[in-house]
Amino acid sequence: MGVGIKVDKLNAWFGKTQALYDITMEAPANHATAVIGPSGCGKSTFVRCLNRMHETVPDARATGRVRIGELDVYNGTAAVQIRRRIGMVFQKPNPFPTMSIYDNVAAGLKLNGFHDRSRLDEIVERSLKLSALWDEVKDSLRKKSGASLSGGQQQRLCIARALAVEPQVLLMDEPCSALDPISTGKIEELIFQLKEKFTIVIVTHNMQQASRVAEFTGFFLLGKLIELDKTEKIFTTPSDKRTEDYITGRFG
Amino acid sequence: MRTRFQQGLDDLRARLLRMGGLAEQAVDRACQAYIDRDLARCHMVLEGEFQINVAEREIDELAFDLLALQQPIAVDLRFILAVTKINSDLERVGDQAVNIAERAMDLVELPKADLPVDIPRMAAAVSAMVRRALESFIEGKAELAQAVLEMDNVVDRMKDEAFITLVKTMNERPEVTRQALDALLVARNLERVADHATNIAEDVIFWVRGADVRHNVAPEPPVHQASTDTH
Amino acid sequence: MPETVTASSDFAAAPISLWRRGMNSFATLAAAAAVVLVLLPLGAVFGYLVYKGIGSINWAFLTQTPKPVGEAGGGMANAIAGSAWILLIASTMGVPIGIGAGIYLAEYGRNRFGDLIRFTADVLNGVPSIVVGIVAYGIVVLSQGHFSALAGGVALAIMMIPTIARTTEEMLLLVPNTVREAAYGLGVSRWRTTLSITLRTATSGVITGVMLAFARVAGETAPLLFTAFGNQYWNWKMNQPTAALSLQIFTYAISPFDEWHRQAWAGALILIVLIVFAVSAVRLVAGHGMLKGAN
Repeated sequence: MGVGIKVDKLNAWFGKTQALYDITMEAPANHATAVIGPSGCGKSTFVRCLNRMHETVPDARATGRVRIGELDVYNGTAAVQIRRRIGMVFQKPNPFPTMSIYDNVAAGLKLNGFHDRSRLDEIVERSLKLSALWDEVKDSLRKKSGASLSGGQQQRLCIARALAVEPQVLLMDEPCSALDPISTGKIEELIFQLKEKFTIVIVTHNMQQASRVAEFTGFFLLGKLIELDKTEKIFTTPSDKRTEDYITGRFG
Repeated sequence: MRTRFQQGLDDLRARLLRMGGLAEQAVDRACQAYIDRDLARCHMVLEGEFQINVAEREIDELAFDLLALQQPIAVDLRFILAVTKINSDLERVGDQAVNIAERAMDLVELPKADLPVDIPRMAAAVSAMVRRALESFIEGKAELAQAVLEMDNVVDRMKDEAFITLVKTMNERPEVTRQALDALLVARNLERVADHATNIAEDVIFWVRGADVRHNVAPEPPVHQASTDTH
Repeated sequence: MPETVTASSDFAAAPISLWRRGMNSFATLAAAAAVVLVLLPLGAVFGYLVYKGIGSINWAFLTQTPKPVGEAGGGMANAIAGSAWILLIASTMGVPIGIGAGIYLAEYGRNRFGDLIRFTADVLNGVPSIVVGIVAYGIVVLSQGHFSALAGGVALAIMMIPTIARTTEEMLLLVPNTVREAAYGLGVSRWRTTLSITLRTATSGVITGVMLAFARVAGETAPLLFTAFGNQYWNWKMNQPTAALSLQIFTYAISPFDEWHRQAWAGALILIVLIVFAVSAVRLVAGHGMLKGAN
């Protein structure tokens, strides 16, 4: 079961430049929340702050509170531990190129010390089934490398890899922007099914995608959260003029 | 900005206004024809019907294309949906104008009868409603549209009064039954035109405010502020 | 219409396309000639070595130690073994340090300190091999009091390290950051990511770098002059002077004896063959573990 995400006054900096200003919002459990906004608005930074990935950039820091279920992301636990509880899928599919499909999916577990062979087989199969890739690769799990799959398959592999560690929350940073429409459709379908088990936050620059997959949508502009509401409200009668101008294509 | 899309929206708006003009003119002409027993005017109304129907088809086609090709959302989507509905209402207004003209044509062949019903006053009120509804669309002002909704009550009362007096007249003076019947039908047609004007006003409110105020449900409270920080 | 157009375009087009075609052929030929020029010395060296040395290679040559001056026969078995031994010592020191330095430079050294190390490595790369030998002499031989395989190994290791470090760094930098991010996203710590993911992805390139360094030092003579010193007999100890193929070739070549000259040619041929063999073997073994589709 997924858990909700609560963000309270999140601010983020890259060196001296402030990228996020006082973000406060909630992403409800077992729903998908989309984050939209023009380039450079901070939506990617925001999502990366949720699992402290932005800290991998030197000179980056954040203040504020992020709670994922009971877990306080910035207080007490090491970043590495946090990231093991949160799954992340990136814009460009990035399977480990020298590993087989099997090893890719199991990577999150193996690299963190889990080596029980029999359980691993079961987990790999389950994850690949969850990401709708099992049927396509079940005969070449150990023979084919992760990088030999097509773009859409690679991204589903990355999703399986993220799901294998059984996170409660799945963060997706423009997961379909490098894919063709058919693969995109498959992954959107997938997100729909994953919502039953996980809470999803998805960054997208494609507003039609946000309206297709997410129940809630947040609009970011210049590092601020302008509006967060039910998707149908945002796309039919947004409260803020800036939101309306953006989604109707008057800027951005 | 999306120039082609904006041009499409502007085109849609212009066409609808033109059609509104045609419909408004048709009603005014028909009423005037009835009052003045003017056969020539009746024919003008009947001929004008064709133009209104053509305009309706064109507007629907344009709206359909914009929806399919431009994926409008929010205010643009509401606008296009409102236009298609207003389009349909205006066409019906045209139909009612034809009905009035037909009653007028029937009346011309009958001897003039003095009926205790003020069709001119009703016609003026209904005409004002249609005009104001179209104005509210031109200006995009929900307050003007709101005023139209209130005027509907007045017209409804006028129609009910007309019915009562005309039925009484038919009972008391059976020799003018046909004229009274014509007047009754015209009153009814005018009341229908008022209803369509009301619909148009409701569609304008939907477009401008995003609030569905149809069927006398009170407008929704102003759209609530999202759970965000102040800006 | 068509006639005028065709006529004028033919006239305008013909000289240009001819010239371009000519340039194209010329460039292709020039490139091919360059390749030939490069391969020619290689072929010449190999060919000449084979010509001069093949006659002297026999079982005795490969299994016996040198005979005393004046006596015919004998071989370079101990030199071959000694070279292997010294290279093993050198690799044991040089490869881990080199790769370690490369990892540091790539993953943690994008700063002034890293630049300093890079600069130092490049300078070290350019230090003449005899100077490295003398330094190793000063550090190891003088403090131990005798020549040794260890000293030779140290000298060669010093020469291996900069090459290995720089190529390792470059190969690691070629690994796209998205791969590292994928690991971070899974909650893998930085050092673990570097070793298990980044290094693993760059394995092929790193091995190439190591082989490059290995091949370079395998044939070095000057650093071994004052460190390993050479030996007429077998030696498997780290602390004794040891024979080396390159040293033996040098000693024989500058000697006045024809017999020894003959053996020097044979030794040179053996040296080249062994180096090629070693590099190919490693390539083969490393490539065997690769998966279908991985690069």
